[in-house]
Amino acid sequence: MNRVAVIGVGMSKFGEHWDMGFREIMAEAATKAVNDAGITGKDIEAIYGGTMSAGRFVGQEHVGALIADAVGLNPIPSTRVEGACASGGLALREAYLAVAGGHYDIVVAGGVEKMTDVFSEQAAITLGGAADQEWEVFQGATFPTLYALIARRHMEEYGTTEEQMARVAVKNHANASKNPLAQFPFEITIDKVLSSNKIAEPLKLLDCSPITDGAAAVILASEKVARKFTDTPVWIIGSGQASDTLALHDRKDICTLNATVVARKKAMKQANVKPSDINVAEVHDCFTIAEICAVEDLGFVKKGEGGKAEEEGMFDLNSDISVNTSGGLKACGHPVGATGVKQAVEITMQLRGECGPRQVDKAEIGLTHNVGGSGATAVVHIFSR
Amino acid sequence: MPHRKSLSMIWRRIPERYRLEGTRCATCGRYFFPPRSFCPDCRRKGRIEKATLSGKGKVYTYTVVHVPLEGFERYAPYILAIVELDEGPKITAQIVDAEPNEIAIGMPVEMHFRRVSEDGETGIIHYGFKFAPIKA
Ligand SMILES: [Zn+2]
Repeated sequence: MNRVAVIGVGMSKFGEHWDMGFREIMAEAATKAVNDAGITGKDIEAIYGGTMSAGRFVGQEHVGALIADAVGLNPIPSTRVEGACASGGLALREAYLAVAGGHYDIVVAGGVEKMTDVFSEQAAITLGGAADQEWEVFQGATFPTLYALIARRHMEEYGTTEEQMARVAVKNHANASKNPLAQFPFEITIDKVLSSNKIAEPLKLLDCSPITDGAAAVILASEKVARKFTDTPVWIIGSGQASDTLALHDRKDICTLNATVVARKKAMKQANVKPSDINVAEVHDCFTIAEICAVEDLGFVKKGEGGKAEEEGMFDLNSDISVNTSGGLKACGHPVGATGVKQAVEITMQLRGECGPRQVDKAEIGLTHNVGGSGATAVVHIFSR
Repeated sequence: MPHRKSLSMIWRRIPERYRLEGTRCATCGRYFFPPRSFCPDCRRKGRIEKATLSGKGKVYTYTVVHVPLEGFERYAPYILAIVELDEGPKITAQIVDAEPNEIAIGMPVEMHFRRVSEDGETGIIHYGFKFAPIKA
């Protein structure tokens, strides 16, 4: 396999973009990435675009072709990749595999979601499409409901508390306050999280990631050409993906996202690193409990110790492992198809030392972790300088 | 229901939703609900047969839903749980005839046939299983 480098990154501001459509948001991120890489459009050989549900959010399918059109890159091949909230991470992986396999030298991995063109009830229904329609949604399950079921069980088995979950939101907002592209660049308090409206107990509004418009793009290059364009390539040294049952209830242990465990082990084996080698990580905190499960399933702490570790500040900026320096899904925002690619943008910038007030000291090895649904898809990438 | 369903989509699930008809692998004894047509453990050696579940089980985890799905507004706040059936499979279902503060993980519950949701004023009314605490 060829070594693969990230040579350019870009993302739109995350938030509610009433003045921008799907095309404009994607084009903004892609243009930034191309400029950052110092390449021209004609250097690009293929596009992999992650989007969960353009069809239900903006009534548009066939968005692989649309993306190539919107960024003016016809007639190169452009493929849409879908894995619910992991669509972006999967697009990154498909792009990585295409370059690693020697098929292309320069490709774009993009992710985009335009979620605010529908009312929030409609958006909730569309996101519910990531769950099992016949056996979860039919029964009255919403997306927060499923993570609430995980949270309640995690509290029962490990003594995790609502305050520990709130601590995740507080940390991620603190990080977002240092990120000008974040949807919510301001701090919040534990009391504010605990007193926010109940959504599905024990989860409250401020335990949940928001509805967001946004796009992100990264330019990947083979080792052969990477050095021609940059002196600071960031290498993808591991990539892993795994699946699990679509319905949460079909899993033996709902507090462990086995797809995350398997994807992480594969990626770490390829990269020849262990969890304690990671300096900075972007993990999938669609709900605060999801970050607690993630730090456990990624091997940063033992199963059941995630809540306590969050409470003790183990994942704060510049502590043991800096987690979700961008603000995470919670506070940077969660345009579902874009999230997995945005994570790669953040980690690349961290490893290049470009993150300003939220820069992690001596960031050598970074990790991204993107989950679809309640854990039926997980994808992990490992990056190094 | 959020995704407006055709009649046949609803009709074909009547055995499972009204009567908890699942399947069982005669080779290893594992029950499946919703039914599977092959056993993921035994693969080709598995022998699948029909098996109706008893409808008795325990609360494995639960939540009180305050922001309901469209079509479920009249029930909010409602208790949604994963119930572990005595035969092994776990299923997602509402818990009824109980207040939120009465529910606990491990509580014995049994299946009841109920109205689940409706497709607006003029659409299909969906029926199926919910669970309630077993009265001593
Ligand atoms: Zn079997």
